[in-house]
Amino acid sequence: MNALILSAIFGVILMFSGILLKQKAVIRNIAIAGIVLLLAVNILEMCGTVLFHVNTHGMIVFDRFALLFNTIAFVATFIYLILSARDMEKVGVNYAEYFALIFFILCGITLTSSFKSLLILFLGIEIISIPLYILTGSDKRNLKSNEASLKYFLLGAFSTGLMLMGIALIYGARGTFDTLSINMLTEGKPSLLIIAGMLLLLFSMSFKVSAAPFHFWTPDVYDGAPTVFTSFMATIVKAAVFIAFIRLFDDAFGVLQSQWQLFVAIIIVATLFIGNITAVFQQSVKRMLAYSSIAQAGFMMMAVFAMNTDAKEGLLLYAVAYCFATIGIFAVLIKMKDYTFDGFNGFAKQQPILAATTTIFLLSLAGIPLTAGFLSKFYMLKAVMITGQNLWLVIFAILMAAISVYYYFRVIQAMYFKTGDTQVVEVSSTFKWILVILSAVIILLGIYPDIVLNWLYF
Amino acid sequence: MISFLLILIPLLTGLATFFIKNEKLLRLWVLFASIITLIVSILGLCCFSDEKYLQYHGEWLSSLGASFSLKMDPAAQLLCLLNTIAFPLVFLSTWNNRYENAKNFFALMLLAQAGIMGVFLATDALLFYFFWELALIPMYFLCSQWGGEKRIAITFKFFIYTFIGSLLMLVGILYLYGHTPDHSFAIESFYNIKLTLKQQNLVFWLMFIAFAVKMPIFPLHTWQPDTYEQAPTATTMILSGVMVKMGLFGLIRWLFPIVSSVAYAWGDVITLTAIIGMIYASLIALRQDDLKRLVAYSSIAHIGLLCVGMFTQNVSGIQGAMIQMFSHGINIIGLWILVEWIEKTTGTRKMSELGGLAQRAPVMTIFFVIIALANIALPLTNAFVGEFLIFNGLLGSATQYYFLYTILAGVCIVLGAAYTLRMVRKVAYGEVNNRTENVSDISINIKIALGAIVVIIFATGIYAQPILDFTSELTNELVQKFDFIRQTLQ
Repeated sequence: MNALILSAIFGVILMFSGILLKQKAVIRNIAIAGIVLLLAVNILEMCGTVLFHVNTHGMIVFDRFALLFNTIAFVATFIYLILSARDMEKVGVNYAEYFALIFFILCGITLTSSFKSLLILFLGIEIISIPLYILTGSDKRNLKSNEASLKYFLLGAFSTGLMLMGIALIYGARGTFDTLSINMLTEGKPSLLIIAGMLLLLFSMSFKVSAAPFHFWTPDVYDGAPTVFTSFMATIVKAAVFIAFIRLFDDAFGVLQSQWQLFVAIIIVATLFIGNITAVFQQSVKRMLAYSSIAQAGFMMMAVFAMNTDAKEGLLLYAVAYCFATIGIFAVLIKMKDYTFDGFNGFAKQQPILAATTTIFLLSLAGIPLTAGFLSKFYMLKAVMITGQNLWLVIFAILMAAISVYYYFRVIQAMYFKTGDTQVVEVSSTFKWILVILSAVIILLGIYPDIVLNWLYF
Repeated sequence: MISFLLILIPLLTGLATFFIKNEKLLRLWVLFASIITLIVSILGLCCFSDEKYLQYHGEWLSSLGASFSLKMDPAAQLLCLLNTIAFPLVFLSTWNNRYENAKNFFALMLLAQAGIMGVFLATDALLFYFFWELALIPMYFLCSQWGGEKRIAITFKFFIYTFIGSLLMLVGILYLYGHTPDHSFAIESFYNIKLTLKQQNLVFWLMFIAFAVKMPIFPLHTWQPDTYEQAPTATTMILSGVMVKMGLFGLIRWLFPIVSSVAYAWGDVITLTAIIGMIYASLIALRQDDLKRLVAYSSIAHIGLLCVGMFTQNVSGIQGAMIQMFSHGINIIGLWILVEWIEKTTGTRKMSELGGLAQRAPVMTIFFVIIALANIALPLTNAFVGEFLIFNGLLGSATQYYFLYTILAGVCIVLGAAYTLRMVRKVAYGEVNNRTENVSDISINIKIALGAIVVIIFATGIYAQPILDFTSELTNELVQKFDFIRQTLQ
């Protein structure tokens, strides 16, 4: 509750700071101070100190899972801001507004991680989506950015329509928005209304997390959006929607698992297949990362599929591993002049530290042991494995993971083993240090994931 | 404690190596580090052979049911010894080689040693998988950065092959984990799993593919000759001398005890493919002109025989395979040292362009002939003991076609003699040509390395009983399982 209110307040503060303050450094510092404050009050709430008491009538419940994910999202945003906030200056003139929009998105994230009512879910998803449409189109003079924004808006609005339709059907069937009341056993077969509503919700949530076959917007939008904002929407936002996804299907549709499990399995297979196979053929690293985010979404969907303790713990770990690694790679990518694979040729010679950290991020995404990426994938596989019966899905996912090695290692090959002349924008030593710390954290989590997961229980 | 030190020393020294700038100091440092590890492993063999020194148990990922537990059984101890002997030999024999970014090269070599060591020691399945991958990553960087012309694509092929194999093994491990009563990755719980034959079959193939790729066994061997050819020779020595033993070791520690019935049932088929691979590799080796490729194919043939020995599933065969794992590692490192020296001094690896080295480098030729004879498994050399026992085991094995198998495998030994002696003849004897005219004999560091190898060859060849005694208990345990299955089937 603390973070929810403060993030909204900071969004407003930053909006006005653009009018009152002219220096960009001050605005940036306010934003960073804001995220630190959000993190602090959220941790306070985890320790039991609630600053604002609002009676939400059980529509929002900040349980351990929600608060832990909020912490993860805020930490990731903090890292994102200190790494990439300077690069937002190059996007356009409305520097303060970008921060304001990011804080509004964070406000939406706290809602989606803690909802107990379908209304709040809808609110949260919309509060996340609308600022994203704006951020995607924030590079106003760039045609690709405009196209991406329009495409995202039209398709996003369509999927929101589906979601509303689904919520309406479920209300029709059960007469309530409360997720726990929806999740009741009924005698005989579940009614057609609730099945149809559930499927519509499944499809619209799949759209938001860019799972195939609802992924078609993703490559164009991620590619067209300014790279700084792609970094944010491909990581923190995607993880937040996954948290909403697993909460929704656990709270509201737990008893109907046998009805939706097959659909989710089909979506996982399609997502892994399309994401990985298409990523292989990309020439631009940015576009490859877009497809890689689809492929990773396939792995995260396995948590929804399995829906047990391992799956929930694993999804949190996956969120951390995926967010940190991808934010790191994007932060390096922003500094490059050439986004193609060849643009990375000879990178290791010029920038040994950047190349080494990028390698660790890529190894983590590929799921090599000793990185957080391995353990998070491991949790997913384990979660599916202990449901029994679903060995085929595990083997399929494993084969797709092997394919993913191909495109991640292409970057490593270009950086280390090929010679070339990489064009890099000047980077500060603080930037390098943050990347080093970030990669150290990824390795640490790859050895002791309990650092994060223990928070879930104590 | 010993087992923990064996991983810790190469790991820490390897990490420290990244920061040493002075080239001379660097070489001394890695040699020093590898010799320290060798001393520790010898200490574990003779002075501190008590169980409490050889085992280690640490807390790690207990929420998942894993732990950091290490144990040295005789097979592991033998292979750790091989691993620790190999690295000083490699560093010594490549003392004069120049590498770009030498500190990274040596650091990655030591990290690879730590990873391989972990594979031999881990008694927790998840830890085993961790080390299995960690041994591969430094190798990937070593081969792609310092290798030959086509290194990037070929190393990547090698990486993908082994990575797919090890991921399938991960599925197998997870599957077994799901069937443990106490939800644990510890090897003891894995040994107690009761699976139906169908489930065993699944686990067997999931895990065997990973091991078969690593060995490599026909038809999964296609990465091997190219990788050996393109990798820097120092790395090739480790790949062929030590890393391939990871697959064979996996059979002894992980596959045979857990899914023995199915391993027993598939023994025939795997023996057959291994023998096909042996003949195939020997025939190709006979036609090779490139020294590196010849040794690579010869290695496939030898590893094939090792695998046959494992799957004879009787005392003689497994004992032979155990000792041969060690001997093959020593011999092939010797061969690679010689190939590397020939390439460095004459500038070619093609046998057709070489000749008459015996006149210019007599000391080298003596070593060359001895190691070549060991490669053929002549009596008095170490390989004779192992291969003789394997053949003995094959003749006494329970399979229907043992006689045919023995003849076919015997043909490979003859072919092995043919291509090895042809290599000696073409390289060392014949006319001196303009390439070999100005060659001077091997330098002192290579003499020491090869001298050590020859001493081991003869010592093991003449008096192998201590090693056989050492591994006999473990072998008997394994064979008892197979005997039990055989009896229940009859």
